[in-house]
Amino acid sequence: MTLAINILLWGVVGVLAVIAATRGRVLLNDGVHVGVMEFVLLLPRIGIGVVGSGFVAEALPNEWIAPWLGPESGLLGIVIATLGGALTPGGPVVGFSIGAAALKSGAGAPQVIAYSTAWALYAIHRLVIWEVPMMPARVVWLRALVSLPLPFLAAGLAILLGRP
Amino acid sequence: MHTTLSPPPPSRRRRAFDWSTAIIAILAFAAAATVYLRDGRQHFFDVLVSDVSLFGEMLPKVLAGCLIGAFVTLLLPREMVARWVGHESGFTGLLIAAFFGFLLPGGPITIYPVASAFLVMGADAGAVVAFIVSWTLIGYTRAVVWELPFFGTDFVIWRIVAAIPLPIVAGLLARIVVRAGYQYRDEIK
Repeated sequence: MTLAINILLWGVVGVLAVIAATRGRVLLNDGVHVGVMEFVLLLPRIGIGVVGSGFVAEALPNEWIAPWLGPESGLLGIVIATLGGALTPGGPVVGFSIGAAALKSGAGAPQVIAYSTAWALYAIHRLVIWEVPMMPARVVWLRALVSLPLPFLAAGLAILLGRP
Repeated sequence: MHTTLSPPPPSRRRRAFDWSTAIIAILAFAAAATVYLRDGRQHFFDVLVSDVSLFGEMLPKVLAGCLIGAFVTLLLPREMVARWVGHESGFTGLLIAAFFGFLLPGGPITIYPVASAFLVMGADAGAVVAFIVSWTLIGYTRAVVWELPFFGTDFVIWRIVAAIPLPIVAGLLARIVVRAGYQYRDEIK
């Protein structure tokens, strides 16, 4: 699976690079430069997050996480995870590190999906800092309102699909 | 309100380190020290090796995700994207908006101005909601660059497949709320 994803992604990179090259050398160089710079700047953040969440998961005793967010926690666990996601401040490093640490230390996968979906869709600080300044406020509130049920739907659909 | 989309908005000033990374770094250090002192040196290195190798395996994908994001941003004229959604309506409009949400790379600073432009060009709130939710939940660059290194390939694919209907659901819900009398047009100039 992981090899197939690598081949697919790099195939897409190849096609896009060829299209860019046909429109000029400068465009190709720009794309490579911007992409590689983005990668280099992201590396330390993702590295700290991935390795850090591994240690946080290891340090947390399982018996703290499992009753609240474990696979047996059911709907209540999904509600707790959704609230936690809405209240988690910070950028992707924070949200994904917490989700990964919870998953590794015994949280159920649907609960983690509810957490990261809620955090991605309506973490309160993000609505206020990013979305309201750039969008009409009433559209932002409308989007947040209709997003309220989505973490539950995401968790439910994931359960229906069954973990691969 | 951004009615014209070119030249592209300035990308967010990216630093290799920011305050949220600093907090995670402090937490990680404390957790690593706990594991070392409580479980011993051997266990500490086992955890370290397994996490570093997970991270290492994901690096080629993250690099590919960054390159795809950069090329799509350069090659896809955003005016064209906005015009497509602006002129569509009905269920097809939601599908097109969700597809562009999946396709467009970038962070909040590039996505929200595009969404605002959709509104100005006549897209309804449902299409705009579908676009933003789609970018948030099934946008591939975000998933490849951010989510894969943390959760691994199988988990992320599972989460995304389960999320595919959600942008459409959100768009339909938004249309229901608007039909019930929610006003949003008066703010759009």
